Amino acid sequence: MATPSIEANPLISQWIDISATGVVRARTGKSELGQGIATALAQIVADALGVDVSRVQMQAPGTGSGPDEGFTAGSLSVQHSGSALDAAGRAARNLFEVEACRAMGVDEVRLDDGWFIAGERRTSYWELASSVGLDVAFDAGAGGNVGSRAIGTSLPRRDLVDKVLGAPRFLHDLRLPGMLFGRVLRPPYRGAQLGSLEPGAVAALPGVEAVVVDGSFVGVVADTEIHAREALEAARVNATWTGAAPGVTTADVRTFLTEAAAESTPLATRDEDASLADTVGQARLSARYSRPFLAHGSIGPSVAAALHDDAGLRVWTHTQGVYPLRKDIARALDVPVDAVSVEHVEGAGCYGHNGADDVAYDAALLAFAVPGRPVHVTWSREDELGWAPFGPAMVVDIESTCDGDGTITSWTWNGFGNGHSSRPSTLRTPSLLAFASQSAGHAIPPSNDPPMTAGQGTGRNAIPGYEVGAVTAVAHRLTEMPIRASALRSLGAHLNVFAIEQHMDDLAQHAGADPLEYRLRHLVDPRGRAVLERVAEMCDWPTRPTGDAAGRGLGFARYKGTGAWCAVVVDVEAEERIRMQRMWIAVDVGRVVNPDGVVNQIEGGAIQSASWTLLEQVRFADGRVVSDTWEEYPILTFNDVPPIEVSLLDRPDQPWLGAGEASMGPTAAALGNALMDATGIRVRALPLTPESIIAAMELQA
Amino acid sequence: METSHTLDVNGVQHDVTCDPQTPLLWVLRDSLGLTGTRFGCGAGSCGACTVLLDGAPVHSCDTPMWSADGHAVTTIEHLGRPEPHPVQRALIEHQAGQCGYCLSGITVRASVLVDEAHSSGRTLTDAEVREALDGHLCRCGAHNRIVAAVIDASAGQA
Repeated sequence: MATPSIEANPLISQWIDISATGVVRARTGKSELGQGIATALAQIVADALGVDVSRVQMQAPGTGSGPDEGFTAGSLSVQHSGSALDAAGRAARNLFEVEACRAMGVDEVRLDDGWFIAGERRTSYWELASSVGLDVAFDAGAGGNVGSRAIGTSLPRRDLVDKVLGAPRFLHDLRLPGMLFGRVLRPPYRGAQLGSLEPGAVAALPGVEAVVVDGSFVGVVADTEIHAREALEAARVNATWTGAAPGVTTADVRTFLTEAAAESTPLATRDEDASLADTVGQARLSARYSRPFLAHGSIGPSVAAALHDDAGLRVWTHTQGVYPLRKDIARALDVPVDAVSVEHVEGAGCYGHNGADDVAYDAALLAFAVPGRPVHVTWSREDELGWAPFGPAMVVDIESTCDGDGTITSWTWNGFGNGHSSRPSTLRTPSLLAFASQSAGHAIPPSNDPPMTAGQGTGRNAIPGYEVGAVTAVAHRLTEMPIRASALRSLGAHLNVFAIEQHMDDLAQHAGADPLEYRLRHLVDPRGRAVLERVAEMCDWPTRPTGDAAGRGLGFARYKGTGAWCAVVVDVEAEERIRMQRMWIAVDVGRVVNPDGVVNQIEGGAIQSASWTLLEQVRFADGRVVSDTWEEYPILTFNDVPPIEVSLLDRPDQPWLGAGEASMGPTAAALGNALMDATGIRVRALPLTPESIIAAMELQA
Repeated sequence: METSHTLDVNGVQHDVTCDPQTPLLWVLRDSLGLTGTRFGCGAGSCGACTVLLDGAPVHSCDTPMWSADGHAVTTIEHLGRPEPHPVQRALIEHQAGQCGYCLSGITVRASVLVDEAHSSGRTLTDAEVREALDGHLCRCGAHNRIVAAVIDASAGQA
């Protein structure tokens, strides 16, 4: 099967370059986001070629020579880029083997760390590098079976030593000759238009090189970060703003989501005549679930650098997609795509479409004001928590029926919210924040949802993996977007899995069944059953923690219905607030490339999801995001994180699957069910704060 | 109004001219080129910018230059010289990080904890390490690995 990555980049040379010096340079379009992808891909290349992994250098994505693989998203980097590099590597190995046989006059060679050996004779990739051309098309099935040496081992992360020693590694640390430093003044609230600004007063400050005003876009460039910060504060004091803020506030988000104009897309439709009639008179359970807008909350703010000179525009960025960003920057600047080049440099942790692309365009705009000088731009914490796109707020309605035995006979899902992607180049006009402020710019159009083939957005994991009879599912994507929303780790799966799994526990309770047994009763998929059974063993299900306020909850899903299988059990104590006591996770990501890397991703995802689920909510009023500091947007801390045990079900014969998002939904689900187990209160509106528990109690009473 | 300041950073004297309110963080990153100390929030809320001031951990982002004047600053760069600090070795051994952005600040604070534990000849407990690091935010979810690494470092196992 050809992957999109191979279709778009069909030549071996687009992926792999073998040099006479004994080094393999491998290229990927997938960004290192802190998830360790560069290490895992190097392992795959090493085994495909039959060389030691230490010889493999991974080149960061770039629009110069790197493959175009769209975005680093959807837990597809190992599936897409890994499979492409695997196939390209095997195809290269075949070509070199043929050449090695020809050069040595033998029929067969064996391969050892890049050396082709036949009896006493030997040659190597390095010796043959100049005589084998790799501008050759390959397909996904290229090459024969190769052994696993690097794959399946917990190779240490390649980037971690620099980070622990404080060596320059992040884009934040990039310093180029003649570099200047920029800052951008974001408006005080959404909808604000610049009334007045006296640029001269700012330009006169020490070190200021340029003050850029274009419509409502205001930026400063100075010789040092310190002077840029001072100039920004002077501009803030100097600027006046007009214009009306959008009316929606935190309190009415749920109403807004279900009442705003929307485009409805059926994701699954049952045959009404055949199935609905059978459910008449059966027990019916209907409930509404919701989550608020969520912030990415990377510890390092978004950052970028740009240089405009005779050669065009160069951009250094921690984007998830160098090619799509290039396209959107070119569209926004109205220049040919070829006039822009984009290179990836590592940033702080990235969990979706954050401010990386926006700040890259900020830097580009400022670079035009100082031709020939690179400009480095860093966002503030307030920009990061207040102006980066948010993970969309959502409302989900589920109605199900079951027969007298408790067997589920029908399932109806309706999901409401903004689309989950306003990524660069995917909308009809650029989706770069500053473009919306420029005089010739355009407001960012409402987000889209990825198509069903890409796992949908609002509807991601909307359809249960269980046998639930006739299924109807309709996604209602809002066609207005007062609060900018885009992709956040696992998209709609976070709330959908939460909702399905709360619903399953309620149905189990109605049927008088154990939640695990009830799930297994409705689950045919053997790999799904296996992770549930594994997690049950790990936590000695159905043993419950003791104590009045103690509870245990279970959550399960196969990510996107096509990705990794994951089951989570969590024990909590729910007194003044919910405190996690222990967590167990079983996961099946198919063939495991780097076991420790998978465990790290699964555990990290679970902790982040627990933070979203227990604590997080973007709050806004009068167009201003008020949760733009860590005090106002608290996240889980060291004292809150419980012991977590992760078990991998290794499937060496199965295709590899991504690990980055699989634990998000099941963790949220397990927490909700544990809270119910501990308190008897079913809370369906996230986050699971004391306030929402009290609200649910009042509703229940 | 810019004034001149004297700072001992990692054992080297520096004269810096800046507004006395300028946060130490930006002097380190910008004027002295020591980019290992991270900017996270600018408000002393996340711990990413932690450095040692006369041996005690402080948030360099809300330490104004006037208050650092004449004092000795130790940054992440110095902990790794000439040999990596036991905390750094343990963090690498445990692969205790994902994006790693929070690690500079955590490493600096944990180095003090571990040094104290070594001088008193005892191993840190899980609760002690969590309490000490609770003001350091990590978004990737590497908490438990970091705690395990710091405990190991205190036990002399790294």
